[in-house]
Amino acid sequence: MKHSSTDTRHPNDAPEQVLRIEGLNIDFVTDAGAIPAVRGVDLEVKAGEILAIVGESGSGKSVTARTALGILAENGAAHGGVYLNGKNMLTLHGAQLREVRGRDVAMVFQEPSTALNPVFTVGWQIMEGIRTHSKISKKEAKARAIEAMRQVGIPHPEQRVNYYPHQFSGGQKQRVVIAAALALKPRLIVADEPTTALDVTVQAEILSLLRELRAELGTAIVIITHNMGVVADIADRVVVMNQGQIVEQAPALELFERPQQDYTKSLLAAVPHLGRESASASLSERPHTDASVLVEAKGLGVHFPGRLGSAGFTAVKDVDLKIHAGEVYGLVGESGSGKTTIGRSIAGLNRITSGSLKVLGYEMAAFKERSFKPLREQIGFVFQDPAASFNPHLTVGECVAEPLAVHRELNPAQTRAKVSELLEAVQLPAGFAQRYPHELSGGQRQRASLARALALDPKLLIADEPTSALDVSVQAKVLELFRELQTELGFAALFVSHDLAVVDQLATWVGVLYRGNLVEEGLGSKVLAKPQHTYTQRLIASLPVPDPREQAQRRALIEELNQG
Amino acid sequence: MTTQTLPSANTSWLKQLPVISHLRMSSGLQRGMLVAGLVLSVLFFLCALFAPLIAPFDFAQSSDASGDFPRQAAPDAKFIWGTTATGYDVFSRTLYGAQTAIWVIVAAVVMSLFVGVLLGLISGYLGGWFDRIMVVLADAIYAFPSLLLAIVMSIVISQGQSSLFGGIMAAAISITVVFIPQYFRVVRAEVMRLKAEPFVESAQVIGASPWRVMFTHLLRNSTRTLPLIFTLNATEALLTLAGLGFLGFGIEPTAASEWGYDLNRAMSDATSGIWWTGLFPGLAIVLTVMGLTLVGESMNDLNDPRLRRFSRKKAKRITQSTQRGATQ
Repeated sequence: MKHSSTDTRHPNDAPEQVLRIEGLNIDFVTDAGAIPAVRGVDLEVKAGEILAIVGESGSGKSVTARTALGILAENGAAHGGVYLNGKNMLTLHGAQLREVRGRDVAMVFQEPSTALNPVFTVGWQIMEGIRTHSKISKKEAKARAIEAMRQVGIPHPEQRVNYYPHQFSGGQKQRVVIAAALALKPRLIVADEPTTALDVTVQAEILSLLRELRAELGTAIVIITHNMGVVADIADRVVVMNQGQIVEQAPALELFERPQQDYTKSLLAAVPHLGRESASASLSERPHTDASVLVEAKGLGVHFPGRLGSAGFTAVKDVDLKIHAGEVYGLVGESGSGKTTIGRSIAGLNRITSGSLKVLGYEMAAFKERSFKPLREQIGFVFQDPAASFNPHLTVGECVAEPLAVHRELNPAQTRAKVSELLEAVQLPAGFAQRYPHELSGGQRQRASLARALALDPKLLIADEPTSALDVSVQAKVLELFRELQTELGFAALFVSHDLAVVDQLATWVGVLYRGNLVEEGLGSKVLAKPQHTYTQRLIASLPVPDPREQAQRRALIEELNQG
Repeated sequence: MTTQTLPSANTSWLKQLPVISHLRMSSGLQRGMLVAGLVLSVLFFLCALFAPLIAPFDFAQSSDASGDFPRQAAPDAKFIWGTTATGYDVFSRTLYGAQTAIWVIVAAVVMSLFVGVLLGLISGYLGGWFDRIMVVLADAIYAFPSLLLAIVMSIVISQGQSSLFGGIMAAAISITVVFIPQYFRVVRAEVMRLKAEPFVESAQVIGASPWRVMFTHLLRNSTRTLPLIFTLNATEALLTLAGLGFLGFGIEPTAASEWGYDLNRAMSDATSGIWWTGLFPGLAIVLTVMGLTLVGESMNDLNDPRLRRFSRKKAKRITQSTQRGATQ
């Protein structure tokens, strides 16, 4: 606790309270009755402190933090006290509330591309807050907007103040959102998953920006996140929430090193830690090279044509890769790197535009649905979002039986037997066959999705970010199941993910994609330990690890890499 | 149209039916609008169903055992809403008019529903040249004033013939032609959106044929908004029918009773102070259209959780009942 929080605070700035929440209860009224979202939450934030509220989806972390701005959905009812600088935000209305918002407390949203209005310049949007709270001329407001943009590290703010949101990259947009939040120098900023929509390399930049701002301005920050790495990187103090209640509250270092509650312990244990449990730890050479080659790409290119008058987009450029039978190939990259496109091309969901891609001996360059169809039963596909990949009108049983209905001619009894066998294999009760997808949790749905992909005993499984929509504890279980099934059934898999730590746990051979190019390939443990390409080095350095001490060292490394 | 909502294990299917489920989740002003609409619509259905029982005379009856009916007689004990220039009983004709209206609405909406949904599904999923031609056709039909198109169709179909069935079918088909593009558009847009959804792609990677994808995966998911268009179109069908009748392209008075035709006949009466021949058919049209519109609009609002409002009373009741449950 001694290392980061105390030395950044101004010496004579007594740690006074900025926010105090007392006995907060929140209910939401729905058709099914009132749903308790938050129960008896007490917490406080001191000036210049970074407090992280962590929890899995539905834990009430966002709802709690948003009451600091007096934001509550229309069907919500809050009881208790939320005191911002001594004022109870729950009792303020209309003009009083508007007076406080922006001036005393500001908010940074998750998705910067939707938080900014596309038809106004970013300068206008930063000035909007300034001009509602202080009667100053447009010129002065603009000067302050430029100042705020300079503060968040946007180059050439004098010109870029007149740019529109679409002219900025995702990370810069988030900087603009932060600049707008900072414009009135509020004493508290609530940041709701500010880096979740961003790539890890950008995430590292935004986190270091927040840290600098705290040091310069002494702003207190409440950061809501589900990512323990982010917590380890930035937080002074951590509040762990589960099912609307606070489970544990402790300084960051203490929480990570000596978690008191079982829930916190299990949460920390579930977080994949870079370099631990590597699937290729004991290997020195690529395994399965003597087995037959299932997928072979040579100079693979995928180009998406643009609309009339605009240039197209080349998602994949000149990629060579091989997947052998029985091997798990991990494909890592940030958004837009082309990793999903490669997976979809192998499954015949995209057409390739150059080079050659042989899938089970079939040349995808000459793809015809009719001739590829017989091969489809050899290929299973697990989609990213388990909620969207099931037909909401069919039961789970019908969904899992779908491949059987297409490729096998079974009578209803045989189908039912096969479905319950499959559900059992993915550790779901057979009774789930009668349920509808929306009645299952995210993790259960992803298991069912795995059951469907494995229904025909495929030789090759393509998993496109299968766990990125899941909470960490659920992710850990699904990954474990995936590993077990893979060992047992011995199918080859292409595992696509943005999370290096996850890929390394499952895949022996890892490929790193950067802007459509395969920049590095190798054994998972080797790539992580000695990355060759500068991009891989940055990627690995940017990934925050759930350990504040180790993370502090890694942070120094990123700064070095960024300067070099 | 009853299988739209997701059946769930613990609530009965009856409570899941479109209108009933909407009634259950409504409250306050929204409930008032829905109930008013339902009352008017039910009244309309009852009139249509029991017209032969309620009406004292036939719709084309101008005399009985006691002799010819008086012409343009003011409302009295025997003819409670008066009689027309041709000696028909206004009350009976208005009641029977509901029957004609319902036949036309059902025939028109059902025909356009089937054709429109099927075309929308195929056009949206397969795309290509078929889709392009269909969209151009639908746009062309949109560009026509719908009443003009209905007139043209009714001339083409019935060629002046005016039997009950022929008249109803002529009116229904002419309305169908106007409506098909609406269903086509809605279903096509929905299918285009759903086409990119992972559950459709997951059927494609399994190797399901286009027909299987269309009819098992897309059809039910793309018809969610149809009950709304259904009710809203019913009102438009009614108005088009009345418009056709008013312009003289409708059904002959001896073949069936039709509100628009009666209104047309009542035009000359109005100037001479005979209000009853025009008022009642006119009111019938207004109230029926209003009833169906209220039902449609309320369902539209209630389907969207963002437009749905909980009245203060209901919110309080829900919160209290849950808290009571929690303390027990």
